[in-house]
Amino acid sequence: MSKGNIAIALAVGLALSACATKAPKQLPPDPGTASVGANAGGPVPGSQADFAAFTQGQDTVYFDTDRYNIDSEDAAALATQAQWLMRYPNKRATIEGHCDERGTREYNLALGERRANAAKTYLASLGVDATRLNTVSYGKERPVAMGSDEASWAKNRRAVTVTID
Amino acid sequence: MKSLFLFPLALIAAPVLAQPVAAPAAAPATVPAPPAEEGGLTGSVSDESDWQNLDIAITNFQTDADVPTQTSVGTTSQLGRGVSQIIAANLRNNGLFKPAGPDGLPQPLFSEVQSPNFGLWSGRSDEMLVQGSVRMAGDQIAVGCYLFDVALKQQLAGASWTVAPADWRRAAHKCSDLVYSRLSGENPFFDSRIAYIAETGPKSRRIKRLAVMDSDGANHVFLTTGQAIALTPRYSPDYRQILYLSYLNGSPRIYTIDPETRSQRLVVQSNNPIFAPRWSPDGKWVLYSMAQAGNTDIYRIPASGGTPLRLTNTPGINIGGSFSPDGSKVVFESDRSGSQQIYIMNADGSDQRRISFFGGRSATPEWSPRGDQIAFTHIAGNFRIAVMSPGGGELRYLTDSWQDEAPSWAPNGRIIQFFRTQQNSGKATLWQVDLTGRNQRQLPTPVDASDPAWGPIRP
Repeated sequence: MSKGNIAIALAVGLALSACATKAPKQLPPDPGTASVGANAGGPVPGSQADFAAFTQGQDTVYFDTDRYNIDSEDAAALATQAQWLMRYPNKRATIEGHCDERGTREYNLALGERRANAAKTYLASLGVDATRLNTVSYGKERPVAMGSDEASWAKNRRAVTVTID
Repeated sequence: MKSLFLFPLALIAAPVLAQPVAAPAAAPATVPAPPAEEGGLTGSVSDESDWQNLDIAITNFQTDADVPTQTSVGTTSQLGRGVSQIIAANLRNNGLFKPAGPDGLPQPLFSEVQSPNFGLWSGRSDEMLVQGSVRMAGDQIAVGCYLFDVALKQQLAGASWTVAPADWRRAAHKCSDLVYSRLSGENPFFDSRIAYIAETGPKSRRIKRLAVMDSDGANHVFLTTGQAIALTPRYSPDYRQILYLSYLNGSPRIYTIDPETRSQRLVVQSNNPIFAPRWSPDGKWVLYSMAQAGNTDIYRIPASGGTPLRLTNTPGINIGGSFSPDGSKVVFESDRSGSQQIYIMNADGSDQRRISFFGGRSATPEWSPRGDQIAFTHIAGNFRIAVMSPGGGELRYLTDSWQDEAPSWAPNGRIIQFFRTQQNSGKATLWQVDLTGRNQRQLPTPVDASDPAWGPIRP
């Protein structure tokens, strides 16, 4: 991804314009609770559980068919991830790239890698040290939605950030 | 009519080529194939109905002394029956011929194996007769195989093989190959093995193991445990190694595995993900595809190790690759034009040009061992197995299902194996289709199966 694209995506992301053409999403985290992570009884600060609680579903970004560009929704999710990652500068993370089942196996492995790399590059552009971020592609091997329909495929075209405890 | 089959192979081919195009009602091809123009090889898809409708009787292979063998089948006479059953199944399951027997047929005496009592066969519909013998030869097993034309009362072919007891099924495949080659004029393919990925578990978390089996599904062995995802195997031309992709260390890398000792070797040391391993036809080179900063490119490395040569250098995903039989060219897949399409380049990476212009996407190209066709997956909504000429013409669909993927050629370039994925369940099975598209069958496997890779004729 070129720096120009990142800049544009970032600008759009900051403007918080909603792009309704894409995958089903969970609502963005409530700003009032998003920064909570250290309250008593909650997850251990800096843990993967803490990351999951902080990102509220925004640990995953979704892609259009055969695409790997970061759009405004993705940018918002990655900004949330970056916020957490900047708070815990010693934590490492793996970004898992995935595809839907409607692609050939090997191409999907490469496409999943491309998606994971796009998310990684974007996080790095937000200031996260790229050496803290690994990527791994699972192609179409690890779907989260089991149907053979557009809704399931949209959920499976994704890059998931998993922090390493 | 029947005397046709006495002629040498070239003469059999002549009347076939002169025939009109196969009946459109039966052929699944949506684009008729014009006469071959590229590569100088003969008509890529002849109408094979002449020899495919032959009635062939296969009697129990006879023994001179019914003695125990070191096989699991039992005595030499039981082995003779087993060999006949394998031959009949081979010829029947591939849509080749109309075999009868060994049950329900007149059985020859041992002394009649090479000189049949043709009087027994004159009143029957069988046009061809296969007889044979099984004997102990020291601690080895000697199998004789003979093909006769019933009407002409003549032997058309004969051969014998001496095999170790554990390899007794190979003798049956050799005999099947002898009969098939003599009657069809095609090269043999039964005495070969298939590597594939065995699948179990839920769709969200399939367990994928490398497995191998004979061309008829026998002698099945799992080579990996399933702890790491295994994908996309390829047999080396000498069968001593299998290249495949494994997540052994958490990331996709390519390894070779020795199917006997199961020892594994990482092919390329790299921090980058590596996919899509391929052998050159002479086994001296390995192609692989490596992702770097989101781009994927194809590299070539000596199979013995050494310095990789980067073959592609365009933005996007360049992946896979299949050598022409002479090793001079590579057909591969690239999305440099915006979507997956098929390209050809010289084996050093020069002269890259796109050959697929069919609409939709074209993926997973595999060059026929005969050189005259490229099999691939055409994606336009559904995934279908198709073939084209190396020049990019003569598109013909061989299958029509929801998702058929990853063609792999039989050693003789007459049958294509692929895997079929079921909608919703995601269950995958192995299938074979011949080049007419008319003979399609599922290959039985112990569990679900994908990524088939057909090895060459065994050395």
